[in-house]
Amino acid sequence: MIGFLQNIGRAALGFLAAFGRITLFTANAVRWTCLPPYYMRQFFRQVLDIGYFSLPVVGLTTLFSGMVLALQSYTGFARFSAEDTVATVVVLSVTRELGPVLAGLMVAGRIGASMAAEIGTMRVTDQIDALDTLSTRPMQYLVAPRILAGTICLPFLVLIGDLIGVFGGYIVGVYRLGFNPSIYLSRTLEYLEFSDVTLGLIKAAVFGFLIALMGCYHGYNSGRGAEGVGRATTNAVVSSSILILISNYLVTALFFG
Amino acid sequence: MAKKTDTGSTDKGSKTAVPKIEMRDVVKSFGSKRVLKGIDLAVNAEESLALIGTSGCGKSITLKCLLGLITADGGSIKVDGTEILGTDRRTLEGMRRRFGMTFQFGALFDSLPIWENVTFRLRQQQKMNRADARDLAVDTITQLGLSPQVIDQYPAELSGGMQKRVALARAIADKPEILLFDEPTSGLDPITGGVIDRLIIDAVKRLGATAMTISHDMASVRRIADKVAMIHNGVIIWCGSVEKMDDTGVPVVDQFVHGRAEGPLTTAAKEEARRG
Repeated sequence: MIGFLQNIGRAALGFLAAFGRITLFTANAVRWTCLPPYYMRQFFRQVLDIGYFSLPVVGLTTLFSGMVLALQSYTGFARFSAEDTVATVVVLSVTRELGPVLAGLMVAGRIGASMAAEIGTMRVTDQIDALDTLSTRPMQYLVAPRILAGTICLPFLVLIGDLIGVFGGYIVGVYRLGFNPSIYLSRTLEYLEFSDVTLGLIKAAVFGFLIALMGCYHGYNSGRGAEGVGRATTNAVVSSSILILISNYLVTALFFG
Repeated sequence: MAKKTDTGSTDKGSKTAVPKIEMRDVVKSFGSKRVLKGIDLAVNAEESLALIGTSGCGKSITLKCLLGLITADGGSIKVDGTEILGTDRRTLEGMRRRFGMTFQFGALFDSLPIWENVTFRLRQQQKMNRADARDLAVDTITQLGLSPQVIDQYPAELSGGMQKRVALARAIADKPEILLFDEPTSGLDPITGGVIDRLIIDAVKRLGATAMTISHDMASVRRIADKVAMIHNGVIIWCGSVEKMDDTGVPVVDQFVHGRAEGPLTTAAKEEARRG
């Protein structure tokens, strides 16, 4: 019994310690993101990596999700003769939920892993210490540009992903399910509100922040050797994916109604 | 085991009363493991000290404490008589500008070409323009025997010896007062190791710098050091001039310096392994 309680206590202390470390890292990261000097070249490199090179994977994901959604919702709604709502369901689902969440998860896999691996390798090969010895703060040079780029780029990626997802639904709706193109388009726009899109973009900014934060945190605190970097990479992807799903609910609940 | 130290003062060292680097009773623990149990060390201006000791004894930790990369738990670390342990970040960063350091595996930035690695601090801190930085990189790496064509290559495209030279170029590019070398010849063949040693000696002399070098290579230590200090069990167990290194009268130092398989270090390692 005592052993059981000890284990619970140890786990609780471990959790609190990790929470404290992440909180401190986040506070430091935000602080150094706001303070000069700003490493613009690092920032634009990250913008290219996160924003531009993630476009194919986000585009493909949202395209096929939009297509599947059109097919599935048609199947369901046809059972109570509500097929004409397919376009509305597709656009609302994509902009409010599927676009940000799927893009977030795909970017977490691609960018979160790459950030953790790159910074983790820099940690184990003393490149982060070398930055310090060269009078450059690693938090400002490595972490701040990534967090800023992640937070800014994800909304743009999601916006493009939304368009592609809706286009996927349109393709299936018009060419597979036989909807009239102009009616499908008018139904797409008829019930779509500005707040639907902005909610998705707010979520995307939160997801971008979390992905970059987790990638940087796990890389920065990577253990020694290849195993340490491998574990940091896995932890970055898993933790950012979980945080995306949790924050998705929290943001939705915050703006619900 | 008796701790035997000697200031090891040389002609260079007697120039000034205040040591360039002074560490007193520096302690550092990681969890329950005490790595440094009271390091006492003094290096005079323009002196070259080699720090020796078995793997994992705390040599790199000592250098990192000196630079503030790791914060020592206690003691005193002074540079030119100014205490740096416990000072604010800004002071520490200012102090670091006086240092140049090479790391065991080079620690060159993979994502930057050689010329940007060499001139990193000057580009970031002093906003040196691209053309001047490239010229300086060419000058510096040429002095170290590398071809100017190398400057546009990336670290991964260079051999280990070339990477060590680039790391040395980065450390000396903005003419620091103090140079720290963490195993500069490890992983190199003896000839390349000898070349690196000669480059270090030349660079230290040319800059009039104070140097601290971690090394396991006794031939290298004999070439580059004026003074040698050995860390064992978290303390400096012996410190003296390089000429006295062969006959210290301290069994642990004698075994290490002469590379004997049997001796107190081996016995202690076996005992530690037995205890798990």
